[in-house]
Amino acid sequence: MSDKLAPPKKKNPQLRQRVPTLPPQMRSRAALGLTAAAARGVFSLQHCEECGAVKYPPRDACCSCLSVSLDWRETDRTGVVISETRIHVSPDPYYRERLPWRSGLVRLSAGPTVLCHLHGDVGRGDTVRMDLKLDKAGQGVMIALPEKRSPDMEDDEQLRSLTAHPKHRRVLITDIRAPETRALIDGLLAAGASQIFVGESESWRRGSDHAAIAALDRVSVLPLDVSDPSSVKKLAAEIGGKTDILINTARHVRPGGVLGADTVFAREELEINALGLMRLAQAFGPGMASRTADGVNSAVAFVNILSVHALSADPQYGAFSASQAAALSISQTLRAEFRTSGLRMINVFTGPTDDEWHQPLPPPKVPPKALAKSVVEGLCEGLEDVFCGDVAKDLEERWRRDPKVLERELAGGGA
Amino acid sequence: MKRQNYDGVVLTAPVSVPYVRYSQETAHWWIARALKQVLDTAGMAPRELDGFSVSSFTLFPDTPVGLTQHLGLSPRWLDSIPMGGASGVVALRRAARAVQAGDVDVVACIAGDANRIDSFRQLLSSFSRFAMDASYPYGSGGPNASFALIADSYMAEYGVTREDFGRIAVAQRSNALHYPNAIMKSPLTLEQYLAARPISEPFGLFDCVMPCAGAEGFLVMREDEAQRRGLSYARISATIERHNAFPEDPVQLRGGWVMDIDELYEMAGCGPDAIDLVQTYDDYPVISMMQFEDLGFCAKGEGARFVREHDLTIAGDFPHNTSGGQLSAGQAGAAGGYLGLVEAIRQVTGQAGPTQVTDAETALVSGFGMINYDRGLCSSAAILKGAR
Repeated sequence: MSDKLAPPKKKNPQLRQRVPTLPPQMRSRAALGLTAAAARGVFSLQHCEECGAVKYPPRDACCSCLSVSLDWRETDRTGVVISETRIHVSPDPYYRERLPWRSGLVRLSAGPTVLCHLHGDVGRGDTVRMDLKLDKAGQGVMIALPEKRSPDMEDDEQLRSLTAHPKHRRVLITDIRAPETRALIDGLLAAGASQIFVGESESWRRGSDHAAIAALDRVSVLPLDVSDPSSVKKLAAEIGGKTDILINTARHVRPGGVLGADTVFAREELEINALGLMRLAQAFGPGMASRTADGVNSAVAFVNILSVHALSADPQYGAFSASQAAALSISQTLRAEFRTSGLRMINVFTGPTDDEWHQPLPPPKVPPKALAKSVVEGLCEGLEDVFCGDVAKDLEERWRRDPKVLERELAGGGA
Repeated sequence: MKRQNYDGVVLTAPVSVPYVRYSQETAHWWIARALKQVLDTAGMAPRELDGFSVSSFTLFPDTPVGLTQHLGLSPRWLDSIPMGGASGVVALRRAARAVQAGDVDVVACIAGDANRIDSFRQLLSSFSRFAMDASYPYGSGGPNASFALIADSYMAEYGVTREDFGRIAVAQRSNALHYPNAIMKSPLTLEQYLAARPISEPFGLFDCVMPCAGAEGFLVMREDEAQRRGLSYARISATIERHNAFPEDPVQLRGGWVMDIDELYEMAGCGPDAIDLVQTYDDYPVISMMQFEDLGFCAKGEGARFVREHDLTIAGDFPHNTSGGQLSAGQAGAAGGYLGLVEAIRQVTGQAGPTQVTDAETALVSGFGMINYDRGLCSSAAILKGAR
């Protein structure tokens, strides 16, 4: 059984803070298939399209039949550990600080032998469940997990280094008025978050949730307006040094296409949804990036909630879709900029949410609770791209298949 | 088709350039030192040499082509053997056939590598594509971790203990105390072996080699040429080579020798009983034990018992890695794939000095190299006979 993770001790400000280092990050192009699968939480390996054999490590030709048609497909996760080691010596700066480190060989039911990280609860002879996760370098890696969930298994040090688990961490949720905020708070507290800061713009006009949220234990409501640079800077000066996870729920939605609408709404949407993200990243990002190796409550993730129409516009929400595409693009740049620190940028893509601004749309719509659940799951599993709700999942699949066909379908007039 | 023998071709001028733990010198420098010594031994000028075979991990950005200009050679036959621990025997196989066919008169086979501060880490992180993608990111233990995984399976499968591996390491240290060029100079007891700090379990410190800088070399030429130059030489009775054997084995509990060993003894016209001394590739004692089995000295799974029942020192009944092997002499990159071969040439030609095995006539040398992902891919072996 994993040892229960103890809350961090009070920090001694005279001691040097551990600086962020990364595990080895060089990979071949083929191996990036593991990264792509890990980013969305699927277990995919290369399958030969001609002979059907499953191959690992990633390669450019099948070693059973020399076909070059290798396709990444979801694969059976079961395997058996056939050997294990505990590494005590490594020349790599990242691992040197984390020794000893356990790794092992797992014979997959699908065929290949895989060299992988070992969860503390598994050893030679055990049947395991394999998972693909992103490591601190943002690359997909394999870890062998217990076949059945064990208590506190997420506390295992090697597994925790591959996730953004909220346990003992301090979280900033940027907008108290977002419908999912209350459910997010509940989910994060249940997952073990130690403190939650909730941003509130225009504090003079308090919403109906204010009193209930402000009264919660381990939760504090603080002024934050993502459209106001000085407000963002002020809050960052106050809590930036203890923000381990930032969840940006602030967003502005107005229906309407591009032709008929006034640009005032579009400006407001870009101001909050795109530039607001930039302001938050500029104010909180560098501080978080410097604290990614800072013990149990190290900074770990920056979460962005986006409409799935960031991928392909919904003409009924033209300007809003544009702001979401802009925010997605900004998040990709931020991801690249955070890469050297290991700070994870998580995008949670959602279908239309069940709120007043999506009122005319038919179901299915995403209830606030479901969105909150996806965010917490994304953190606990350490994903990079999360698709929440049937609409988002369906749209993602169609987008992967053919973006042009999807565009035409969204424009209406399909059979 | 029956393989042709190596009649008329010999190995001579064995040279070891003393190893250094860390050195500012480049691979070019180390290779130049070994080349100079083999040519001096044969009384040849560099421009006279018409064949050159090189093994090195640290020549970058050069290849052996660049070395010809760097060292002033004009060979008509040039080879590069990037096979790590299998390089020595493979270089000799290639060179011997070229000499036999008359494509070349004399081949200098040289392996040498630099070892600067931090160069080992850089070598590990980009050793191979599979290592970069699928082994190094998992704790970055390098070959220690990869072979520890093999050792863990091997111990579980055949009931082998660390003590069994320790006997190999301890005997080699005792041999190294007689070898003037060995990096390790102090005696090692089984207790010290067992109590050593862990490196990558089940391995402790004395299961692992010390990376260092150094070079090894020898010449391949026609027998009449060696006689004309007054050189003592070894004949090649048989050789084998294999790559990526048994890819379906989930974990490496046997090497490629198993596929070819019958042919080796058949070509040599002798069996394991006729071997006076053995030089295995000892990146780890477990790999030497595996070779005792796979080279036919005992049955599979009997390696531990074999080690318990034999004395592996120079004066023992099964002289093994008489220069101390890489475990005690040090691992100078690709030169580690030459160490046993060069020592075997010295032994069967009676030039081994303080490590000389009495009446050594027939030696078996085996090579093993290149842990591309989860296992060593190259295996090789040769049987040499002295001609005195």
